[in-house]
Amino acid sequence: MVIAADSVGIVTPRRECFEQPLLLECGRTLPRFELMIETYGTLNADASNAILICHALSGNHHAAGVYHDNDSKAGWWDSCIGRGKAIDTEHFFVVSLNNIGGCNGSTGPTCINPETGRIYGPDFPLVTVRDWVRVQALLSDRLGVAVWHAVVGGSLGGMQAQQWAVDYPERLRHCVVIASTPKLSAQNIAFNEVARQSILSDPDFHGGRYLEHDTYPRRGLILARMVGHLTYLTDEAMKQKFGRDLKSGKFLYGYDVEFQVESYLRYQGEQFSKNFDANTYLIMTKALDYFDPSREYGESLQTALSRATCRFLVVAFTTDWRFAPSRSEEIVDALIANGQHVSYINVDAPQGHDAFLFPIPRYVNALRAFLLPHEGSRHAS
Amino acid sequence: MRLDQRLAERWIKPNSRVLDLGCGDGELLAHMQRKLGVRGYGVEIDPDKITTAIGRGLSIIEQDLNQGLGRFADQSFDFVVMAQALQAVQAPDQLLLDMVRVGREAIITFPNFAHWKTRSYLGLRGKMPVSDALPYMWYDTPNIHLCTFRDFEALCTAHQIRIINRLAVDGDQQGNFFMKHLPNLLGEVAIYRVSRT
Repeated sequence: MVIAADSVGIVTPRRECFEQPLLLECGRTLPRFELMIETYGTLNADASNAILICHALSGNHHAAGVYHDNDSKAGWWDSCIGRGKAIDTEHFFVVSLNNIGGCNGSTGPTCINPETGRIYGPDFPLVTVRDWVRVQALLSDRLGVAVWHAVVGGSLGGMQAQQWAVDYPERLRHCVVIASTPKLSAQNIAFNEVARQSILSDPDFHGGRYLEHDTYPRRGLILARMVGHLTYLTDEAMKQKFGRDLKSGKFLYGYDVEFQVESYLRYQGEQFSKNFDANTYLIMTKALDYFDPSREYGESLQTALSRATCRFLVVAFTTDWRFAPSRSEEIVDALIANGQHVSYINVDAPQGHDAFLFPIPRYVNALRAFLLPHEGSRHAS
Repeated sequence: MRLDQRLAERWIKPNSRVLDLGCGDGELLAHMQRKLGVRGYGVEIDPDKITTAIGRGLSIIEQDLNQGLGRFADQSFDFVVMAQALQAVQAPDQLLLDMVRVGREAIITFPNFAHWKTRSYLGLRGKMPVSDALPYMWYDTPNIHLCTFRDFEALCTAHQIRIINRLAVDGDQQGNFFMKHLPNLLGEVAIYRVSRT
């Protein structure tokens, strides 16, 4: 296989160790922590071209490029990060990391707890979006990035971008919030709870100590992913992709896979369960549920966002019902009420919440236009 | 310099807060930002124009003007500008009221349906007028609420909207003595600067 000319090419993740205690929002402390990160492009002399990519629920540090010549699976946002792409690695130094609590190499539930010598498992503290952003700020210091040109994220990643703008307003010039929300709705939390109960009620969960029992809650993870995956798609997209197609062409009058859509969901769930840690899934869904930057500002999103000094790009997708355009517009309206710099696009796309991972021309072009340094930015109020 | 840019420099005070409705690719807003240091937003619905405007470093909100200006607070702008869009919205009267609610002053332009060419086209040919200013056939025109200088002024009177300035120009954005005194007959494009009384 030939690596595409606009790919960042072969990338190597690296581990950053932080030998310092980290006090978390929940009140507990991690004695030390490690982050798996990848970087693409080159940091310029005045460190003004750095872009931070924040990942969503099942994402990680591998956002772009490939690991070897025959690697058929590029990073999760390879469509947007690369040479000449919307997040242009010819111009920008791009940083992507696996958040703590994750299961791709950063300190998380599958790691050894240095205080007990045992795998953390269910003992890993519940981390929040704020915790992640604070860790990302420590990573910024380490990398010599005082101010990010942009912090960019979709879905849960967009929440981190918002939190950056609120918690470290002086440390970013652009904030890109894609297919996100200022906080979860009751329905969003309900879906997360179904996913959690699927995992928690699996007999192989063993109170979260499944690794010590040499097993994992496979069925629970599959169910959790199936219900989660449903919320990323749309009725129309599923109709296009599967319709009522039957695998064998006829009814079998049983509970095995009959419809194509069942086959697809089970396959997606299977694949996910092999590669993702159940405790991490629980932690990620709780981080989603807890996110609400307005909470410390008298329940006012407008007050919370008034701290921000960066320019915002808010992107929604017409068919996204998980975080519908109206949720993005809550962010936009709060920023407008403050007279802050914000652009908003509502991209017509059939893919639902998943759309943020697709290279939809309009979305990609707006992202590129927003990130490129332009004359107008010198006139920022 | 384009007329809208000249007028903007004449009417809009430096460092004002400006809302540009139907801002297109943001050329006017960028001009005002550069020359007058205004702050504000453009509202647009065309995806490609929005992308271009964002690329100019402007703050652009994607929104259909038919949804009204509910997301903008009372008197939150010094000027609300809208060029050649009044005749294409579903409720021009409501939008006009919204404009003077949101802005201290509103600047509006629209094609004048009472221009002598339009009148004679309809009068002599008995067909819906098609011209440079109104280039569409009756069945596919976006201009669903065409009006005249007189119609617009009657609407303003009915809603106690004060007319501060009125300009009549031709398709090349030029005005003259005759247009000034017979705007409804000789002006192809109407330009109004209004506010709430």
